[in-house]
Amino acid sequence: MSGAASGVIAVRMRGVAKHFGPVVANRDASLEVGAGEIHAVVGENGAGKSTLLRVLSGMFAPDAGTVEVFGKDVAGWTTADAIAAGVGMVHQHFMLVPTLTVAENVVLGREPMSGMTYDRALAERELEALSQTTGLACVPSRLVSELSVGEAQRVEILKTLYRGAKLLILDEPTAVLSPPEVDELWRVLRTVRDAGATIVLVTHKLDELMEVTDRITVMRHGATVMELRTSETSPAAIATAMVGRAVRLDASGMPVGSGSAAVAEAIGLAVGENDDAAAAGAAGAPPDSIIVSSARDRITRNIPAAIISSPAPTPTYTDAPRLRVTALTVAGPRSPRAVDGISLSIAPGEILGLAGVEGNGQTELVEAIAGLRAATGGTIVVDGTDVTRFPIGKRLAHGITHIPEDRHTRGLVLDYSIADNLILGRQTQFSSSGAINRARTLAFAVDRIKAFDIRPADPSLPARALSGGNQQKIVVAREMPPDFRVLLAAQPTRGVDVGAIEFIHDQLRAARRAGKAILLVSAELHEILALSDRVAVMYRGKIVTVMPRATASEDVLGPWMTGAAS
Amino acid sequence: MSASITAAIEDGVLPTLTALLVALVAGDLLILSYGQSPGEVWRLMLSGTWGNAYGIGQVLYKATTLVFTGLSVAIGLRAGLFNIGAESQLAAGGFCAGALGLLLPAGSTPWVAIPMCLVAAMIGGGLVGLVPGVLRARFGAHEVIATIMLNFIVLAFLNWAISATGLAVPETLHTPVVTSSAIPRLSAYLPVFHGSAANGTILLALLAAVVAAWMLFRSRFGYELRAVGLQPLAAESGGIRVPRIWVMSMVLAGAVAGLGGTNFVLGYKNYFEDGFSGGAGFLGIAVALVGRNNPFGVLLAALFFATLSQGGLAIHALVPKQMVEVLEGIVILAVAVSVPEVRRLLRARPVRAAATAAVSKR
Amino acid sequence: MLGLLLLQTLRIAIPYLFAASGGVLAERAGIVSLTLEGFMLSGAFCATLGSFYFGSPWIGLLFGVAGGAVFGALHAVATIRFKADQIVSAVAINLMVVGLTRFFLRLAFDSSSNSPRVAGFGGDGNAGALATFANPLVWLGIVVMPVLAWVIGRTRFGLRVRAVGEKPEAATTLGVSVSRIRYGAVITSGALAALGGVYLALDQHQFTDQMTAGRGFIALAAVIFGRWTPVRAGIACLLFAFAEAVQIQVQGAGVLPSQFVSMIPYVLTLVALAGVVGRAVPPAALGRTEG
Repeated sequence: MSGAASGVIAVRMRGVAKHFGPVVANRDASLEVGAGEIHAVVGENGAGKSTLLRVLSGMFAPDAGTVEVFGKDVAGWTTADAIAAGVGMVHQHFMLVPTLTVAENVVLGREPMSGMTYDRALAERELEALSQTTGLACVPSRLVSELSVGEAQRVEILKTLYRGAKLLILDEPTAVLSPPEVDELWRVLRTVRDAGATIVLVTHKLDELMEVTDRITVMRHGATVMELRTSETSPAAIATAMVGRAVRLDASGMPVGSGSAAVAEAIGLAVGENDDAAAAGAAGAPPDSIIVSSARDRITRNIPAAIISSPAPTPTYTDAPRLRVTALTVAGPRSPRAVDGISLSIAPGEILGLAGVEGNGQTELVEAIAGLRAATGGTIVVDGTDVTRFPIGKRLAHGITHIPEDRHTRGLVLDYSIADNLILGRQTQFSSSGAINRARTLAFAVDRIKAFDIRPADPSLPARALSGGNQQKIVVAREMPPDFRVLLAAQPTRGVDVGAIEFIHDQLRAARRAGKAILLVSAELHEILALSDRVAVMYRGKIVTVMPRATASEDVLGPWMTGAAS
Repeated sequence: MSASITAAIEDGVLPTLTALLVALVAGDLLILSYGQSPGEVWRLMLSGTWGNAYGIGQVLYKATTLVFTGLSVAIGLRAGLFNIGAESQLAAGGFCAGALGLLLPAGSTPWVAIPMCLVAAMIGGGLVGLVPGVLRARFGAHEVIATIMLNFIVLAFLNWAISATGLAVPETLHTPVVTSSAIPRLSAYLPVFHGSAANGTILLALLAAVVAAWMLFRSRFGYELRAVGLQPLAAESGGIRVPRIWVMSMVLAGAVAGLGGTNFVLGYKNYFEDGFSGGAGFLGIAVALVGRNNPFGVLLAALFFATLSQGGLAIHALVPKQMVEVLEGIVILAVAVSVPEVRRLLRARPVRAAATAAVSKR
Repeated sequence: MLGLLLLQTLRIAIPYLFAASGGVLAERAGIVSLTLEGFMLSGAFCATLGSFYFGSPWIGLLFGVAGGAVFGALHAVATIRFKADQIVSAVAINLMVVGLTRFFLRLAFDSSSNSPRVAGFGGDGNAGALATFANPLVWLGIVVMPVLAWVIGRTRFGLRVRAVGEKPEAATTLGVSVSRIRYGAVITSGALAALGGVYLALDQHQFTDQMTAGRGFIALAAVIFGRWTPVRAGIACLLFAFAEAVQIQVQGAGVLPSQFVSMIPYVLTLVALAGVVGRAVPPAALGRTEG
């Protein structure tokens, strides 16, 4: 871990402000990166990290503030300028054209010419050479659509190096990688840094940073609140700076104290077992605090309503599971066996967490159980009824509900009002003689809005007008009616603010207590670990392991997620 | 409810007004290129349409057909389907109404004959709408191309049916006159409309608009239809059978357009004539767009385009009536351009009430 | 007999080839090409105008190409700059072209159905092999698809078109202007499709009202049939043309009424839609202009 010895400042941003309509993404943000550093920018979801880096890379012009790259004032420059000046950005969502080859993607916009025409063979040769010098393996003639996520990310990095990038910006690079792929990425970044580049990383995962970075900038609510040297700080201090209130961490690095569950989730730490700390915490905890307790994440709140939840009952593993899937095969867009003979069962009062890197068949599995995709083999049984051939409407009637991964396309009709969205799927129950009963719909909507604290609380507002968290609450309110039996929750808190995350998690726990069965699919391991009774891992269409929560942890699950474990 | 009123203005009124302004300017340019004075031409157009009873009657007559084709396209668009086939659906509907009229015994009472012919018209149009609906639902075939192709096919078929079989009166391209299913002219009750083609179908058109509005915005079917049009994936997740809605919407759209055929066949000439549709189906697209796919907007837009069309005849001495056709295309383009542009220009106003601190990442 | 049939096929295919080449280019860049009909018709009319006023079919050709490019630019501006719905814009432009050609037909030639006879290429109507191959547009039409295939697959512009039609964001982040590429593709497609109309008008030595008669839509069907690749779309054009040529020969024998003969290409297209579109995958960004 070499520090920035040269003293040259690669990036200096001061007082940057940027808004999008009424939303203020950056206010008084700053960043200083020395040449040859690996520098991390951290903060909660919505802190403004991505925006700041996009200003740096030329995607946005700042409303105010200065941006200097290698001493030159570049505020308001374009991506083309930035690329020409040696700034390369690797986005969180890859910017690769799937139908083109690796070589074509890398050279796009800077195609090597021979005379008047673009020379394809030359492009491939140049890419080969670059691959050799940087140690980033790639096959230039392969189609991008055939690459794995890790390989695709390498291509993204190669794209920047091909253009002579001396300053690399990576936005949430580890969000889609499994633990071993993350290690590989650090190796790559060190290689690139040693070759003379400066690297800026955006992330919200603290545990990964400590080994790789030299310095860290912390952002909160759109502003920079602290700049730290990695060697002189600790995850606890970083976490404190990120959330703005004192965060005590125990010996194993777990947060203890107010809102700790949410804090843990926000900063990417797994909430795990913690008996000693819990006892210690409980003894000296201030009256309005949340205590993380042992064995699983049970939350005791002392809030005005004085609701104290009893410890979650262990699921009743009888012979009559709520959901039983047997030998299910489902075809997916890339493979006829995206789900390859999966069997699982969920007991009443159980949350089964399904971990795994995205793209291993989780989406197809959930869609098959929800009825959005036909199974090619196997059965799905809910409370003894075989629903495998049921259309979606019938499954809904049978108590199978689904929080979809993408609320904007699957979950909501954004132009419909909150009320209209809340009755989607049961509109027949709200109609009489062919017409929708407005009074009944309104009453229902008002009731659900109150129960789920949806804001603004106007049932006639179009769903489009709400924040992501509140939009998700509409979906959750709709998919968790009192009488549901099985909930398929796919990425239920993706893109949702911290307050709503906590709320949704509470709802899931309450449903578990009420004896429902929940299949939780999430790319965030700490969410899985926070909520599940049992954890299963999906890899290449199969469930490769199922274990009780007590034995699960990031280290244990990682190898299973990448197929490394047998 | 001010949110929906602002939305209505933003999405409905403003773009339309902008578009009309553009059309006005374009019209001026065309008139000038023909060496005439725009003021004089527009004035002549107004006086030839709304300035006398005959003109008003003609405008009402033409608007009636446009209401049906406009509703047809609007219903399709609300379901997310672009129905370019209103022209052939209209023609098929008129043909079936005329053919049934021929089959009915000569002295049948209108109280039976007219409803039967109306139903026949809806069935004819509905069948033509069924084809692209099924092609979309079963094969994923884009209804735009399917309806365009079907236009050619159906119109060619009807031309053959009239000319090659014995249906037509010799030396003409129309069927014999049928009086039992004739819908009375307005002039029969309001003599001031003497000579104009306006007839009782006007009332049918108004009824159709009201029913369409109820269907779209109050009924459960309309709720599902609009959901499919706005966000088919979410509708599917909610258990709505999207392909079935597509088929039903296209059949409905076809039936409504087919019903429009009775304006000419039962109300005006009392026979079916090859080519009677005369572009009203395509104009229905403009009507639906300018009417912002809203039944009451369709009523207003139909009146507007009917005025243009009738006005074109009135000014023919000064400027070729083809200018009106050009204006129609310009209006459609202007509306298509205005809608997103107005939305973009108004985007400065805050949409979210959410606190800025809790910005959530997409 | 076979020779005559093949010759007929070629003559019928030329307009389709031009229009379909424009369609492939624009659609690969992400812009829907329902406007081919309008582009074609504008090319036919402008070519007639040019040939009439200057007495030379070559000037007519230039005018025709320019006309198509102008309407291509109109469609491009409406959909790219103003983000108008691409299908609506296409319908509007098609209507406008019909109206404008009729309006100026009256203005220039004082007729509502056709222009006077103008200088053209090749013989009119059913010409023999000699006249056919003397028509430079025939040769142009034969090579347009292979040339387009080369442009799309091997040139810088073609690579950028492919990127922009599949994932415009990727191009934007690399500093490639998505709008500029799309403008180029659509305007070129206008010019290409117009050549189809130019061929028609100059072959028949006159312009008749709505003379393209839906060929632009059949060309679009060929694009879809050919899965948005030039060579396959070209083959589709030949197939459609062959079927038409066969039916015309058969019609001469009085087997089918003329109306049914005219239906053939449209029915074929419907059949193609039913069987093929489900399998064919359009460019991912087709129809989106949020970019």
